Amino acid sequence: MKHIGKKTKRVDGLALVRGEPVFADDIRLKDLTYLKILRSPHAHAKILKIDSSEAMKLEGVIAVYTHEDFRRHYYTTAGQGYPEPSPRDTLLLDSKVRFVGDRVAIIVGETLEAAEEALGKIHVEYEILPALLDPEVALDNEVQLHGHDGLPGVTDVKRNIAAHLGAELGNVAQAAEESKYVFEREYSTPYAQQSHIEPHISLTWLDEHNRLVIRTATQVPFHVRRIVSEVVDYPIAKIRVIKPRIGGGFGSKQEILNEEVCAAVTLKTGRPARLEYTRAEELHAGRSRHPQKIKLKIGVNEDYTFRFIDLDILENAGAYGSHSLTVMSVTANKALALYKAPNIKVSGTAVYTNLFVAGAYRGYGAPQGFFPLESMVDEIAHDLGLDPIDLRHKNYVKEGDDVPIAKVLGEGKEGYPLVIYTSGMKECLEEGSKLIEWEELQKTSSEGIERRGVGVSICGQGSGIPGIDMGAAFIKMNEDGSFNLLAGATDLGTGSDTMLAQIAAEELEVPLDKMIVYSSDTDITPFDTGAYASSTTYISGGAVKKAAADLKQQILEMGKILLEVEEADIAEAYVTASDGRKISYGEICTKAFYTDSQRQLMAHASHMSYDSPPPFNATFADVVVDTETGIFKIKKIVSVTDAGQIINPQMAEGQVEGAIAQSLGFTHSEFMIADEKGAPINTDFFSYHIYTAIDMPEIVTRFVHTHEETGPFGAKAIAEIPINGPAPAIANAIFNACGVRIRNLPITPEKVFLELQKQKEVSLVNDKAGALSKDVDHAHS
Amino acid sequence: MRTDFILNGKSVQAEHKPGETALEILRRIEVYSVKRGCDYGECGSCTILLDGKAVNACLILGHQLADKKIETVESFGSTFSLHPLQEKFLDEGAVQCGYCTPGMILSAEALLRNEPNPSDKQIRDALAGNLCRCTGYVKPVKAVHS
Ligand code: FES
Ligand code: FES
Repeated sequence: MKHIGKKTKRVDGLALVRGEPVFADDIRLKDLTYLKILRSPHAHAKILKIDSSEAMKLEGVIAVYTHEDFRRHYYTTAGQGYPEPSPRDTLLLDSKVRFVGDRVAIIVGETLEAAEEALGKIHVEYEILPALLDPEVALDNEVQLHGHDGLPGVTDVKRNIAAHLGAELGNVAQAAEESKYVFEREYSTPYAQQSHIEPHISLTWLDEHNRLVIRTATQVPFHVRRIVSEVVDYPIAKIRVIKPRIGGGFGSKQEILNEEVCAAVTLKTGRPARLEYTRAEELHAGRSRHPQKIKLKIGVNEDYTFRFIDLDILENAGAYGSHSLTVMSVTANKALALYKAPNIKVSGTAVYTNLFVAGAYRGYGAPQGFFPLESMVDEIAHDLGLDPIDLRHKNYVKEGDDVPIAKVLGEGKEGYPLVIYTSGMKECLEEGSKLIEWEELQKTSSEGIERRGVGVSICGQGSGIPGIDMGAAFIKMNEDGSFNLLAGATDLGTGSDTMLAQIAAEELEVPLDKMIVYSSDTDITPFDTGAYASSTTYISGGAVKKAAADLKQQILEMGKILLEVEEADIAEAYVTASDGRKISYGEICTKAFYTDSQRQLMAHASHMSYDSPPPFNATFADVVVDTETGIFKIKKIVSVTDAGQIINPQMAEGQVEGAIAQSLGFTHSEFMIADEKGAPINTDFFSYHIYTAIDMPEIVTRFVHTHEETGPFGAKAIAEIPINGPAPAIANAIFNACGVRIRNLPITPEKVFLELQKQKEVSLVNDKAGALSKDVDHAHS
Repeated sequence: MRTDFILNGKSVQAEHKPGETALEILRRIEVYSVKRGCDYGECGSCTILLDGKAVNACLILGHQLADKKIETVESFGSTFSLHPLQEKFLDEGAVQCGYCTPGMILSAEALLRNEPNPSDKQIRDALAGNLCRCTGYVKPVKAVHS
């Protein structure tokens, strides 16, 4: 293959290294107005009165809009397929606020300064309501967040339940009786924030035909168009969404957070509007990763195969239920798809609280599931005296295996059957253990103050949402043999434009610079559900490949007409007759344009799939723990992935490296915390610590090759899977180093220190009693 | 008020309000490579070279630019050829979304002017003020190395 599996320069790279004005905010608009959102200082309150008269007296303040200015139309900010599986519990502005940071009013200013100044001049009278800051307390509390019956998609407003799921395969209760060993533990994962460096930014204006143009940093332009149309009651025909270059999203821009606000203002004032989030807003009023508490039970047979897995999820949705059901589904259907266990049970409850709103974040529930699962498998291995890698080899799904949970539990509804066609898991583990020096590190002594340890975790993900995601592409030919590739797929910094160009160039057998890519503009490109769920390579790439194949056939037919033959070959940008006469792509297209059998050679295709083949990954961590302070240093992370045929190895590595950096933060340095009234504490990058260049450990990235027949050129997805592994691998490495097991992320030195203290006390007691502590919960004999 | 400075080799007179930052002024005069990621000195997206030193434009007030030499990536390379660092960033795949890239390139340039053969640690120190959420810094560090 000429392009697939090769590194290439990014098609958008030149503009980016030169700092060209290609991002949403890099544009000058005449008569632009600047928006600010007045946000609630209270976690839960009724708005009694909003007095904006003082603000309106300020020079440059054009308007202050409150809930009285807009119709009450419930929607979800989640940019998902339609009908959305997320509850419709959100209004543009409401008379009630449900978390610190909730919208109270929209200020429109001639300048940003005027709008900012007005923030302090609006007087709001609140009736403060009790704040529910813990999902356990919120569940069935007499205080209700959404006291409005009949909200579409909300499971039970009276109980503060945003969403619920349950499924069972086999008989878990019976399997628990029959298992030789039964393990039961509880784990938790915290809020974490996507922290793309480009904040949310949207600009809207009415064009010369009074069509509403939305230029926005989004992962889901077509969902933006649909949802904005509905919220502001303006026809889809009169809305155009343009996605310029995007400065990262990681799920956070799969949300309609400012587009509808700008659109509503532009439709009221007739003027262009701009709304950019501040970093503080991103870190408390944007979106985040759903915290989960997970109770996990695993039953193990005599031969160390798993007899059952029972997963119980309590998810904190925050104040609105965006993505709450589907994230929980993914937690369950990814974690439960990794190991073969004949009996499986899952129950999940997503509860509203007066805290940060969660949403989509790379991994989408999977990191919340793999942290408990992979920690627990390590605990089991330890308690049963097995090598953690051997125990995994015994149990993970292999090629040819059925994954019944996939059918029972899709994303927000029933799913589709899943059979593992390809798996490189074994090779991932083998390669990874060599690179981390597993055998050697296993033997390092656990004496002394500084102790070194090694840990492993494995995981899967999906390739798009089966039966739901759809992407489309359109390719037209130019007279020099170049092609315009118009794709609905959204490149948010992932490199998908480049990857799609590689797929099209490979299929059409032309150099990459013959592909001119334009992506994601609702007026110009065909539809795509959007850049999420690891769908772009597999789904959108599939569409591009089909369109390219169709166009190639058309070129061949045209070539035969021009060569006046019945049979011909097409290769390397020529159509060749059996007598050796040939005609180039350029000539074919030129003739088709101007002289012979005139037409535009062009093709389009759509692609969706009922398959969603999991990529697989093994992640290893090498850590050193200072047993006097609890401070640990992550020395090295090895991440080995089977993502099928890699389309662009350099970009794929980049995906893994970036995901690891995010996961390292999730493991120990990033956590969103609120005070006892629900107010955010860390709303800047000083206190919300994402990894910098000096924090990074050594990263080793490898791919093992498989060929997934259902994917374009054999590809599976890559974007999300590498974020799942580091947290459990590090937790396991810390245990391996010093015997401390941390089950609640983030793993802080404090937690490690306190556990080390406990350990010392226990060992003192044990020394005295001469007893050995027994870790296995209980064993049926 | 008015402040005169040299921007990418050309003298500029910028009208601005007293409290305005260099970031606001530069973006207003359409120097769009200078980006906002936080507005208070944490992310480095607004990095500029001020008399050859990499600084955060959001922490510099307009009047502090007076008579200074300011460089941004707009002055790097030409329409048809790139600056070596820009080439390296492309070659090594150090650009993902590209939002942090101009700032990274400027921080790297400031380092390389003083230290043509920096160590890994020196590179990481120089890039420590440029947050990147996409790359995990592996490839940017490599790009500066080569
Ligand atoms: S915008 Fe200046 S450092 Fe972030
Ligand atoms: S490349 Fe996206 S923030 Fe650095």
